[in-house]
Amino acid sequence: MKILVCISKSPDTTSKISFIQDNKVFDENGVQFIVNPYDEWYALVRALELKETLGGQVSIITVGTANDDAIMRKALAIGADEAIRIDAEPKDAYFTACQIANFAKEGSFDLILTGKETINYNGSQVGGMLSEILDLPFVSLASRLEVNGNTVSVEREIAGGIQVIEANLPLVISCSKGMAEQRIPNMRGIMAARTKPLQVISPISTDDLTSYVLFNTPSSKAAVKMIDASNMDELVQLLHNEAKVI
Amino acid sequence: MVLVYITTQHGIAKSALETVSYARKLNEQVVVITCGSASANELEILGKYGAKSILVNRTIDGEDSQQLARLISSFALSLKAETVMFSHDFIGKGVAPRVSVRLKAGLVSGAISLPETDGSIKINVFSGKAIAFVKVNSPVRIISLLPNSVAPEITGVNCAVEEITGDFGAAAIKVLSTKKPEGDIALPEAELVVSAGRGMKGPENWGMIEGLAKALGAATACSRPVADIGWRPHHEHVGQTGVAIRPNLYIAIGISGAIQHLAGVNGSKVIVVVNTDKEAPFFKAADYGVIGDAFDVIPRLTEAVLKFNAENN
Ligand SMILES: Cc1cc2nc3c(=O)[nH]c(=O)nc-3n(C[C@H](O)[C@H](O)[C@H](O)COP(=O)(O)OP(=O)(O)OC[C@H]3O[C@@H](n4cnc5c(N)ncnc54)[C@H](O)[C@@H]3O)c2cc1C
Repeated sequence: MKILVCISKSPDTTSKISFIQDNKVFDENGVQFIVNPYDEWYALVRALELKETLGGQVSIITVGTANDDAIMRKALAIGADEAIRIDAEPKDAYFTACQIANFAKEGSFDLILTGKETINYNGSQVGGMLSEILDLPFVSLASRLEVNGNTVSVEREIAGGIQVIEANLPLVISCSKGMAEQRIPNMRGIMAARTKPLQVISPISTDDLTSYVLFNTPSSKAAVKMIDASNMDELVQLLHNEAKVI
Repeated sequence: MVLVYITTQHGIAKSALETVSYARKLNEQVVVITCGSASANELEILGKYGAKSILVNRTIDGEDSQQLARLISSFALSLKAETVMFSHDFIGKGVAPRVSVRLKAGLVSGAISLPETDGSIKINVFSGKAIAFVKVNSPVRIISLLPNSVAPEITGVNCAVEEITGDFGAAAIKVLSTKKPEGDIALPEAELVVSAGRGMKGPENWGMIEGLAKALGAATACSRPVADIGWRPHHEHVGQTGVAIRPNLYIAIGISGAIQHLAGVNGSKVIVVVNTDKEAPFFKAADYGVIGDAFDVIPRLTEAVLKFNAENN
């Protein structure tokens, strides 16, 4: 079983989000980067579990600069066998998907896993784009994944419910909560990660389909209106007359 | 013209009406494309929301993104669509990126408003902690609309429904079963949400949360630890690593308001916080706050809502 897991970096969940250069660029100053939680907790850990039961190899890939080697080492410490970094600042999801597809098309992977989205750009785009470029089936938002021979059984979230789906390998799956439990790397993993292969590959050129022209942070709320716990009729009236939400 | 794909095999969701209404504001020529077995009667009402006509393929079940992408792209090309639209839901998230690749058209996912004068479109980024303006550089653009971002609007009358055929390949995925909780309101689409956290002490106390939700006609949600310990199902987990929602009203009960939780809910129009701790960080993000014990406040709030309902019916 050859599994490729797509890894993105994202700012630590407690990071202060601000922008520089006339609000055109995310301010990375003082920001701690982590492996995007969906990629790490669900996609990577499930890939490792499958490898542990079925045998095979787990490769991880990211599109990013040398600054991202740290998060790739972290993912290697959790248990991935080898890492690939496409050496470029990711411009948008299409650029990222083209780079990963270009690598994956030669790799004869049985399974390609992504997180359901990144917690910084929240686009949910890379997995779908990748599968189209590679002409593979795609199951989005999977919360469970079992492999039986050449077929997979996947559960995916639909509006307020769950679908059970069957498909054949190879395919692309985007992973969400429920698929696996977070693993904390141990000392042995961290030591082993130092010598695992991290291959750096030059990017290919692609069309620029989208650009992020400006960022804004939401304006802060007006002060909260406190209502006495004994006066819930007043709250209901405010929600009806003032906020007009009921 | 604008080609709008909507999912009809699980019923016509409010988000579908929103997407058609949004498309109608971009362009008067709106064609809806769908597949599955929804009847012409069910479909023609989309005309009221702005569709000029509806194309329905009866042979595809609408669950396989690969097949759908072939169907939608082929009609986008033959109709010379300038914009192709989706709802940013579980189907849109699977199909829109594929259509983007097929048409080499830039995708704006999770649009929250109509395009600005420079053509850029607002989306939530950093899990709701910021907004980005995204510009599409290709001649054709794809937009997936975040549910609850625009209101559905009736502007027209029922329209014609036309059946379409064609070869879009076999389905690569097979749906074996669908578990849909009866009577529940789908969280991502809900206008009113009642959410509770660890302050509720245990799963046995969720009856009063469900009671309040029922009185309001709201969906229920929860904080991450509550889903992690199994007090509530995972799909109710909202926040940075759960579902991001933007209902009109979000009532947070016994939730501290950690930054990761706020990230998924701060797009809500109005936030009510009920917490015993007056220092709870959630109060800073709230519009209305109640300092008090949920076990005492929630039954009284439910009673007040029921009284309001009775007076306003
Ligand atoms: C990487 C990462 C991602 C995360 N993602 C998410 C996410 O997506 N969503 C999420 O929710 N969390 C997330 N978290 C966890 C988050 O940091 C908080 O730990 C979590 O939101 C706290 O949940 P809570 O408010 O239910 O519990 P607590 O923090 O324990 O708060 C309980 C609250 O209930 C109040 N309370 C107690 N008793 C009562 C009572 N009787 N009546 C009224 N109020 C009462 C208390 O005053 C307190 O404010 C994430 C954390 C990390 C590190």
